[in-house]
Amino acid sequence: MRLMISYLKPFGRRMLVGLIIKILGTVAELFLPMILAYILDSVIETGRVEIVVGYGLLMILCAAAAAVLNIVANRMAARVSADFSARVRRDLFRRTLYLSARATDRFTIPSLESRITSDTYNVHHFVGMMQRMGVRAPILLVGGMTITLIIDAYLALVMLAILPIIFISVYSVSRRGVPLYTRVQRSVDGMVRVVREDTQGARVIKALSKTDYENRRYDAVNRTLSSDERRAGVIMGIINPVMTLLMNLGICAVIAMSAYRMLRDPTSPSNVIAFIQYFTLISMSMLSMSRIFVMFTKCAASAKRIEEVILTPDEFFVREYGEKCDTGEYITFKNVSFSYRGRRNNLENISFSIKKGESLGVIGATGSGKSTLIRLLLRFYDVDEGQITVGGRDIATYSREELTALFGVALQNDFLFADTVAENIRFGRDISEEDIVRAAKIAEAHTFIIEKEGGYSYRLSQKGTNLSGGQRQRILIARAVAARPDILILDDSSSALDYKTDLALRTSVAESLGDTTLITVAQRVSSVKGCTRILVLDEGRVIGYGTHEYLLENCAEYREISDSQMGGALID
Amino acid sequence: MTDNKRKKGRGGIILRLGGYVVREWYLFIPAVIFTLISNQLALMGPSFSGEAIDAIVRVGGVDVDSVTRNVLSMVICYVLSAILSYAMAVIMVHLSQRIVYKMRRSLFEKLGTLPISFFDTHPTGDIVSRISYDIDTINSTLSHDLVQIMTSIYTVLGSLVFMWHICRPMLLIFVFTVPASILFTRFRAKKVRPLFSARSRKLGELNGYAEEMLTGTRTISAYGKEQVISERFNARNADTMEAYYRAEYYGATMGPSVNFINNLSVSLVAMLGGILYMLSVGGRVEEGTAFFITLGGVAQFVQYSRKFAGPINEFANIIHEFQSAFSAAERVFRIIDEPSEAPDVEDAVPCGEVEGLVELDRVNFSYVAGKPILKDFSVRAEAGKTVAIVGPTGAGKTTVINLLMRFYDPTSGEIRIDGKGTRTLRRRELRSLFTMVLQDTWLFSGTVFDNIAYGKEGATLDEVRAVARAARIDSFIDTLPDGYDTVITDDGINLSKGQRQLITIARAMLSDAPMLILDEATSNVDSRTEIRIQEAMHSLMRGRTCFVIAHRLSTVKDADVILVVQNGTVTECGTHTELLEQGGFYATLYNSQFK
Repeated sequence: MRLMISYLKPFGRRMLVGLIIKILGTVAELFLPMILAYILDSVIETGRVEIVVGYGLLMILCAAAAAVLNIVANRMAARVSADFSARVRRDLFRRTLYLSARATDRFTIPSLESRITSDTYNVHHFVGMMQRMGVRAPILLVGGMTITLIIDAYLALVMLAILPIIFISVYSVSRRGVPLYTRVQRSVDGMVRVVREDTQGARVIKALSKTDYENRRYDAVNRTLSSDERRAGVIMGIINPVMTLLMNLGICAVIAMSAYRMLRDPTSPSNVIAFIQYFTLISMSMLSMSRIFVMFTKCAASAKRIEEVILTPDEFFVREYGEKCDTGEYITFKNVSFSYRGRRNNLENISFSIKKGESLGVIGATGSGKSTLIRLLLRFYDVDEGQITVGGRDIATYSREELTALFGVALQNDFLFADTVAENIRFGRDISEEDIVRAAKIAEAHTFIIEKEGGYSYRLSQKGTNLSGGQRQRILIARAVAARPDILILDDSSSALDYKTDLALRTSVAESLGDTTLITVAQRVSSVKGCTRILVLDEGRVIGYGTHEYLLENCAEYREISDSQMGGALID
Repeated sequence: MTDNKRKKGRGGIILRLGGYVVREWYLFIPAVIFTLISNQLALMGPSFSGEAIDAIVRVGGVDVDSVTRNVLSMVICYVLSAILSYAMAVIMVHLSQRIVYKMRRSLFEKLGTLPISFFDTHPTGDIVSRISYDIDTINSTLSHDLVQIMTSIYTVLGSLVFMWHICRPMLLIFVFTVPASILFTRFRAKKVRPLFSARSRKLGELNGYAEEMLTGTRTISAYGKEQVISERFNARNADTMEAYYRAEYYGATMGPSVNFINNLSVSLVAMLGGILYMLSVGGRVEEGTAFFITLGGVAQFVQYSRKFAGPINEFANIIHEFQSAFSAAERVFRIIDEPSEAPDVEDAVPCGEVEGLVELDRVNFSYVAGKPILKDFSVRAEAGKTVAIVGPTGAGKTTVINLLMRFYDPTSGEIRIDGKGTRTLRRRELRSLFTMVLQDTWLFSGTVFDNIAYGKEGATLDEVRAVARAARIDSFIDTLPDGYDTVITDDGINLSKGQRQLITIARAMLSDAPMLILDEATSNVDSRTEIRIQEAMHSLMRGRTCFVIAHRLSTVKDADVILVVQNGTVTECGTHTELLEQGGFYATLYNSQFK
């Protein structure tokens, strides 16, 4: 909450002006019942019509003033809350992009997404409501109380007696209601999950004739959701009747007490009419305050979730670098070990090195640590032990910009977005049209791109679903080579290509490389066998390192993979 | 035809929604009765209070009896009214929950009967938003607005009657203020509504953009483009917030203006009432005439005028709510009215024991008219043999499987199993003849055990363990926190694509169907694991007629027949060695891997 308040600070003066305007407007409204009572109690006795009309016009004037002032204040509030949440969301999104991979794993992507969307919305909503109703309601309450105490302290006692009861009942009901609504939200998630799964798995469900089973599974979550919603509705439904009842009983008490007073002292004033009006005003403000209270609990939870992200410390520390030790090797892993969760090592004691312009192939089973190795090199994660150097410098001594400038990367399941083909290749970098076409040609993508409507300005849909798997991979490779990087990383990025296209691609990439260092991660031997060195991984350990020929002779696992893929004995 | 039965337009939707309500009549009728009584009681309150006030300020001292009687009546009215209105609220919660539960159920059960083409053409997000967001909109209208509108109508009419009795001439005030407020709200609404819908649209787009970019955080940070993406996001963000501000800027006038019109009515009542009261006290207006009014009368009139004006102003809002509920209902009904999979033919023959001879006879098929996918496609798969289908993407490989399973029906031509045309069989039975392992592995949020046992009702833990072992996934499952009872969730346990695929392979192994379909079944399993599960795959394929689609030529080369499919027709056909000798497409494809 503290951080959100600091975001509000720059708007302090505007909010103060708005507040004053709002108070003036509310006070003008509070005068109405007072004038009404005055007309009925005192003015009428004078018997002069013009005075009645005069006070009536004064009431209209107050009403008009209240309306104008409230509108102005509401508009100012809208400005403040829009600007406020624009800033919060901007910073939150920015921070989210800069989060370390570890932090992203911890938060999870769906959770980060809902923090940017619904949580900021909740906070925005509350900030707006706070300025509109949050000011009006307490002023109506306090103002109404003060005025009733001034006009008739005796009758005001009723109000003082009833208010705490109203407050306590609203508070206790809402307190019980909030967790119930949290539960409803959870049940909604569960219900949606089943629908989502079943829409995606329609083929399997039909193939296995599991429709009845799925209907039962859905019925269970549907029932839970209904009963949760019912429970919440039944509890929260108490608030309105109880508040109305208490307010009405208050009116009864006021009438009874004033009758009692009149009986004992016939000259005492009758303020009943004004009191009834104030009672209505005050109880309405209580109702708004109870709504604000519910909103606040929601907002506080959301604010906390936003702050968690914004306040996450940056884990990307750049170390000072002492002296450069030039060994002639370009990329070196020295005894690197790493674990995601701190339990089992996902990579253990990895060492290898390659020179500039050479290429490295990484091959191994699912879960053997191939992608982890790439993530460490890109410094998504920091190594637990050992050291990674590029160009003789520990990668921890590179600044973020220096480091990313070295790489061109096509990752597994990579990211395409709704924009033109050209922009998907350019990716916000300063790259000329010619270079984009050159990159597409290297990636064997040029031919299919120009066949699309609009060629390079063909718009991709989200995640590039209007391309085939193989076409997507080729665009990603084009992106990776477009900026002529020092190090090109292809992480399993040609798996969807048939052998023919894969071969053509590998050939053209190899021709265009120059002194670029290439790292290829693959499952196919054919994709790595042309590399200077090949690293064979198994369960996080190196079980083979050398050229294709060397490994065929000396590494049983590599031979096994190769035989299985190459058709082995068949070609002899 | 369903189209003829379906009532078109808004009227039809209202009738159908009404139908849901009417079916719960035993809840709805008490709710209506309670609402009416509770409102009547609440309306009577002020009239008692008016009499009580008159009894207090009466010339000649307080009429104690009258005050006591009236105050007690008030207390009783209000207490009863509160009890009834809570009872009504509880009934309405039950009512709307029953309806919403039924709607969700019929929508979901409808999904189960829809043809695959529906899921191929409707995005998941859209279906999800209909079953959650749209039904929720209907829910809030049913549970809140329906009562609200009944209450409002009653309150308005009731207050009018009471005010009529108190002092007819003062009603003239409303002849002026009511149309003013209605005109104002309508005018405003017309101006504000497009701004609000622009606001929702922009917010939706912004959320979509955030979602899209967040899926790419790794890539964005690998390229160091956080700054660029942030700026793009921020441009949209600023735009959205501006739309918000515009909507709220105009929206901000609504509340205070409506309040103003209410206060205006009260002021006019005070003025006119004051004057009339003065005249009445002065004796210039005879008691019993239309213009006569007491102090209590003025007090009552003020209270009723507030009760009267409030709902009138809310009508505009409620009608808006109703409109959005109707469009939500329309979206829900549209799915419920979708044509289901064509029913099985009436004289469907039972499959009986199946040998497994599968024939496709001059099959033609297209998803979109005019763009044929399969052209005169014929295949004969002898019982127990393996047919492999290879070819470039988009050649129609997966379509063959869609037709075999009758997810789609061919435009012309016939598919036969043991000589019986598949159209003459019951879909359920036909599908149970096949076991499938697809490239898109599908797991649901349940335990690992449930996911494997999914294909065979009543599978035991031992059976599940056995197939998991054969699929080489058992040692991994044992490392999970709860072993086979570990719940698979989207965000919890991280299963790799390969592990998911192994689980679905294990699932298929539990089935004893005579035919097997493998569509890129091992594409995400690395080759070493593939070798290890080879034995299991062989035993899975043994004795069954198999259809295999694969990229990896190592997976298909042992097939009895290999079909090369290009542009919807079979261009090459034969065994691995035969095709290599032919030196066609297959041979080039195969040889390119050694270069």
